[in-house]
Amino acid sequence: MSGYAPHTDGDIAAMLAAIGASSIDDLFAHVPAGLRARAAIDLPAGLTEPELRARFEALAARNADGAGPAVFLGAGAYPHWVPTAVDQLLLRSEFLTAYTPYQPEVSQGTLQATFEFQTFAALVLGLEVANASLYDGASAAAEAVLMARRVLPGRRTVWVSSALHPHYRAVIRTYVRGLSDVEVREVPFATDGRTDLGALRAALDPDALAVVLGQPNVFGVLEDVARAAELARAAGALSITATAEPLALAMVRPPGACGVDIAVAEGQSFGLPVAYGGPGVGLFATRERYVRSMPGRVVGETVDAHGRRGFVLTLATREQHIRRERATSNICTNQGLCTLAVAIYLSLLGRQGLRALAARNYRAAHAVAGRLEAAGIPRRFGGPFFNEFVVQAPAARWEALAREGVVAGFPLSRWYPALEDALLVCVTETHGARDIDRLVRGLAAPAARAASG
Amino acid sequence: MLLDELLIFERGAPGRVGWPVAESLAGEPAVPALPPALQRDDSLAGFPEVSELEVVRHFVRLSQWNYSAATTLYPLGSCTMKYNPVVNEALARLAGFAALHPLVPDHLAQGALEVVAGLEAALAAASGLDAVSLQPAAGAQGELLGLLLVRAYQADRGGARRRVLIPSSAHGTNPASAALCGYQVAEVSVDGRGLLPARAVAAAMDESVAALMVTNPNTLGLFEEEIEAVAAAVHARGGLVYMDGANFNALMGVARPGDMGVDVMQFNLHKTFSTPHGGGGPGAGPVAVRAPLAEYLPVPRLVRTEAGLAWSEEAPKSVGRMRSFYGNFGVLVRAFAYIARLGAAGLPEVTRLAVLNANYVRARLRGTYHLPYDTPSLHECVFSDRHLQDFGVSTLDVAKRLLDYGFYAPTIYFPLVVKGALMIEPTETETKETLDAFVDALLAIAEEARRDPAKLRNAPHRTRLARLDETRAARRPVLRWQGR
Repeated sequence: MSGYAPHTDGDIAAMLAAIGASSIDDLFAHVPAGLRARAAIDLPAGLTEPELRARFEALAARNADGAGPAVFLGAGAYPHWVPTAVDQLLLRSEFLTAYTPYQPEVSQGTLQATFEFQTFAALVLGLEVANASLYDGASAAAEAVLMARRVLPGRRTVWVSSALHPHYRAVIRTYVRGLSDVEVREVPFATDGRTDLGALRAALDPDALAVVLGQPNVFGVLEDVARAAELARAAGALSITATAEPLALAMVRPPGACGVDIAVAEGQSFGLPVAYGGPGVGLFATRERYVRSMPGRVVGETVDAHGRRGFVLTLATREQHIRRERATSNICTNQGLCTLAVAIYLSLLGRQGLRALAARNYRAAHAVAGRLEAAGIPRRFGGPFFNEFVVQAPAARWEALAREGVVAGFPLSRWYPALEDALLVCVTETHGARDIDRLVRGLAAPAARAASG
Repeated sequence: MLLDELLIFERGAPGRVGWPVAESLAGEPAVPALPPALQRDDSLAGFPEVSELEVVRHFVRLSQWNYSAATTLYPLGSCTMKYNPVVNEALARLAGFAALHPLVPDHLAQGALEVVAGLEAALAAASGLDAVSLQPAAGAQGELLGLLLVRAYQADRGGARRRVLIPSSAHGTNPASAALCGYQVAEVSVDGRGLLPARAVAAAMDESVAALMVTNPNTLGLFEEEIEAVAAAVHARGGLVYMDGANFNALMGVARPGDMGVDVMQFNLHKTFSTPHGGGGPGAGPVAVRAPLAEYLPVPRLVRTEAGLAWSEEAPKSVGRMRSFYGNFGVLVRAFAYIARLGAAGLPEVTRLAVLNANYVRARLRGTYHLPYDTPSLHECVFSDRHLQDFGVSTLDVAKRLLDYGFYAPTIYFPLVVKGALMIEPTETETKETLDAFVDALLAIAEEARRDPAKLRNAPHRTRLARLDETRAARRPVLRWQGR
């Protein structure tokens, strides 16, 4: 017995009597006997809670937990400090164990917090309206493309920057696999690591549906989003940006202010642990005039029967439970609790804290890049960056570092075979001076290493 | 004030800092500034400036305005609002899981990969299917993946099949997922017993049908008694059978989809496997398939090598990726912990007691509430408001009045095959006493409908806010704080 089921023998007997059944088996009599006979589940026996804890603690101990190796990885998941208050509040059972707020009178906590999340998402991305979240940054980018198709029916080609995170590109391709009226094509990146806007300009024609860029892109490089949006607009297409590290937008001009039509982001940086890649949360914002084409749940303000302010799920006529096959998306469950984490985190950091944190990341990463350059390890791309950059360093050196307990970055040749010896290095507020010294010394050219002692 | 909490944006004062961070560290060198054209120039105007206590108090107050599965019975049909074991929260927060970066070399993530491998194997065992992907972030994304797999499979076999059959009782995500995949939806009606007749499926089948999407047990809580014949009829014309596994809580140890003839299905880990619903996610929607479909599953795939477990991108026929990295890993840890705790005997016990609880509620309410389908049901039961209409009382009124009695409401107006549906799923973790109190409340409400229908039409009365004006919200959408 698991301990989670509360039934006594007396309960079961009384309930069966009320039902008019002689055994629990009777309740399954209409399930074909042949199926029931084969239905045993081949699993080990259950564990007590202490056994369970011991087993999972042993599993967790076989992973790099941040206290072990020094890890300078970003590439779509970013280690940041999470204030203790965030997780403490996420554990409030009233938030944790509620569901989609179908009964608004007894779900105002979730609804108001979601309304606050939508406000934060719109502010961060510099746009007018945001939804109540999508699964992650990558699927949000794919949903943005599908939305563009609803706004501009008849146009066919989606131009995706090849410097957009490869997972985001892959998910966009997966989401349009079943659609015969959309084609995804890629725009190359230039030698400075930014999308080649000259190539984009030449490619855009009256068939262009949308342009999709990362900001920052997968190399950590900041794009000229304003120019890209201008080119898209001139061609009559929509512009879309996808941001994997939204902390950058606390100091970088946000997509909406650059003229972008739809901006999405992965919200993990705002109060969620990296957690081996999930759960995170997809932020999705756009212009007011497109709101009825937007995918996903959305919370709106209203009043109750006595005129008091309250919040409800709204614009449901876009959604699957009403429109069925004509819905703007099939999404139902989204990332509710993760939106709460984002709202709490951004409230705590606030206007000053978030800007200070962004400045800290920017300075720390630039300081490391400067030290590496001085040690004979140049940056691969000259474009401006935030807290992540690509260096050119012999693979043998970072492989040796890995054996000493420093994961120096992500080898980009795994995603871009032409980028041999290119390492994507991420530096945030979580990285201490000692680990940074180990990184710089380990990557440095032997002569520079000897000089720095 | 306790009952009227401002928005966080309406609180605070300029210059107040909730969680101070230093902009730079002592001794850090000067670095070049960001080019001016790239700089944000609104200095985050609109962001709150509040203290840590203000934030804590704000969200604690908001939390108190929610009903939740931890505060009361939350009998939302089709959502399986069972107890979410507290220990699983602690396990998911172990640093080895929570602080693990998804791109560390595989040898630094062997424990996490064991969780993935173990959960894949457990779901395969429970479903009787051959291969599992844990990547989808929720049930609806699992549906989308399942149909993309169907599409890839059919395309490889030369079939430009363009239609998907869906029973009239299906959840709205089914047709929406089919459309997202480029399929035309053809509806098949359920019969007078609420079941999908194999004959009707056979009649609707032809070489243009890629798959049938069937929910089993269906949204009326009924086991599809002809499922084997239904699957045979679909297979006979080269179609595949997709099963929506939202109601898997009724099947563990009772019937395996693989044995029924199902080719593809999704699980909802936040339903059957107890991970917290979080006010609407995060969930997880793993997909299980029969062997011939395995080569189309998303990348990366987990493989066992001599050096241990590893991710492999080598799957030329894969449909690609559904999301970044590997799935909602934190949710997967909780679900695997739940399965490990319950084990081979515990999971079937979950199903037996969930079905017992639902049948008990059904037995006590029938007679008072109209039961549109008298067919034996499993983990949930669906009533309608037909007996109450004479008093001018609707399902919505009953739902709102239940809130006054301290219970969350059932799923209402779904499935669409029942007019004014009240869909109740109590789950196995509720005691008989709680179920009795819930049934007593519904019986009292039926009595109130006769005596004092206005009281129901104006309900709820005891919640912080009265009934909300949803029409106004949709007519003039205010979707964010508008500024001071």
